[in-house]
Amino acid sequence: MRRRPCRGTGSGSPLLSACPAVAIFALAAFALAVCGLVVAARPAAAKSVVADIDRHLIAITTDFSGQDVLIFGAVDQPGDVIMAMWGPQGNVQVHHKERVAGIWVNREAVDFGNVPAFYGIASSRPLYELLSPDMLDRYQLGVGRLRFKMLEADVPNVADYRTALIRARQHGNLYADRVGRVTFVGDTLFRANLRLPSTVPTGKFLIEVYLARDGQIVDAQTIPLVISKVGFGADIYRFANNNGFAYGVVAVIVALLAGWLAHLMFRRR
Amino acid sequence: MLGAILDWLLSFQIYLPIAEISISVFLLLALGAGVGFLSGLIGVGGGFLVTPLLIFIGVPPAVAVATQSNQVVASSVSGVLVHWGRGNVDFMMGGVLLVGGLLGSSIGVVVFSLLKQFGQIDVVIAISYVVTLSSIGLLMMVESIQALRRVRRKAPPKKLHQHTWVHGLPFKLRFKKSRLYISAILPISVGAFVGLLSAVMGVGGAFMLVPAMIYLLGMPTSIVIGTSLFQIIFVSGYVTILQSWQNHAVDILLALLLTIGSVIGAQFGGRLGAKMPGEQLRFLMAALVVSVGVLLLIELVRRPASLYSIMAVGGLH
Repeated sequence: MRRRPCRGTGSGSPLLSACPAVAIFALAAFALAVCGLVVAARPAAAKSVVADIDRHLIAITTDFSGQDVLIFGAVDQPGDVIMAMWGPQGNVQVHHKERVAGIWVNREAVDFGNVPAFYGIASSRPLYELLSPDMLDRYQLGVGRLRFKMLEADVPNVADYRTALIRARQHGNLYADRVGRVTFVGDTLFRANLRLPSTVPTGKFLIEVYLARDGQIVDAQTIPLVISKVGFGADIYRFANNNGFAYGVVAVIVALLAGWLAHLMFRRR
Repeated sequence: MLGAILDWLLSFQIYLPIAEISISVFLLLALGAGVGFLSGLIGVGGGFLVTPLLIFIGVPPAVAVATQSNQVVASSVSGVLVHWGRGNVDFMMGGVLLVGGLLGSSIGVVVFSLLKQFGQIDVVIAISYVVTLSSIGLLMMVESIQALRRVRRKAPPKKLHQHTWVHGLPFKLRFKKSRLYISAILPISVGAFVGLLSAVMGVGGAFMLVPAMIYLLGMPTSIVIGTSLFQIIFVSGYVTILQSWQNHAVDILLALLLTIGSVIGAQFGGRLGAKMPGEQLRFLMAALVVSVGVLLLIELVRRPASLYSIMAVGGLH
């Protein structure tokens, strides 16, 4: 594609729209300059953690039975590393059961939003040794510090509902029930394993890796992770969700054939 | 040693794409085989056992209910072919029952999704199970004990059926194979009622349909099982399609594994069943139905381990 030469005519905004190449270049130069200033302002050694995972796509196939994710990286100066893994967020309704006429029935409900479908955490030292409770709250480090959005609640004891939700997720191995370990190899290299159970939800996950030093978080990096169904299982899932009617018809035909085959195989002679 | 073999067998896990959970292949096959054995022995589909067991091993309730109807299709087909071969299917009666069944199950699927929205589906499923299982089970138990006594005394069997106000209803039809001349309203309402409950409970409904056909319609016992199976194929096939369409909850892989297990189990059950007298079999079925009902009742009344239930909004789980 040929670009027309840009001539600086008139005010800024026509220039931006008329000459994208120049505009982008200018913006980039500005951004670089700012970055340079910021970097120059701080001692380079106070910062920086680099981390990655062994795979960015986890495929759920028919023989999937959970998986470990290896997270590894380096810090440029000794420090402590905390990592949190977040599953896709959604809304959850928590019902409280009460006895009605001798039977336990769902009564009051609380709706929570921004509830991650998965939450895992690991750290190189106990969290309370690294950061103040305020800091831990701010970064939502630790299952008890997750912040759910309150969508609908007309009960006084919302905290009980929240605790019950967290317990249930921990019971299903979807929320960490303890902080995993980040191990250092020497002073600068670190690694950690986070376990994904077989019931792990699909979607976009984020792994936040924090570098903590002197009670502060001095650097952070976000690593994306995609968990999705692939192969035969994924085809079935897509078919069932995109064309439920046809899927149902196929399911019935398969069942009819299976029943007929069974009859043929075991027919008494 | 045995434990090691068991561990090795349980290590063959399969990921079920709709249930979104991985479960041991052999556990599912064994579950299917156990239920198939009972159904071959007693002559019911055994859905009322499979659904609670699937939920127990971690399959989401909506998926368990929907998938179970798919598995019922397969087991009913192989069952009905056997009975057809022996001439024990009343197609006309099956057809009339089916009209009611389709009506009832359509309403049932709608009721199911409404209750799911209100968060009350679990307790309604449980209450339906307790009420139907214990009442039908007790009725059958009383009847089979009477029958057993009659056999012992060698007393002549009762009259085929008594004539009551029911026989005065209009739209009378002649059912040749069943040797009945009754109003079509009767089988249609039986079919509708069973269809409604079976859609909500995720069962074929043989355990409700069979006694209703014997005691309410007065059909000969020999024809009842084949005819009910014939009707159940269509109703559960219809429910499978509706469940898949509305709720995307049918797991074809889970249904297939259960089917493989159950057709093998049903062969052994059927062979044993052929050697046992009918009255004893009916008593056995009654005892099984009652005990499942009682277990579920205990579950309803007992204080649950957690007083909170968690539901993701806008998804199955």
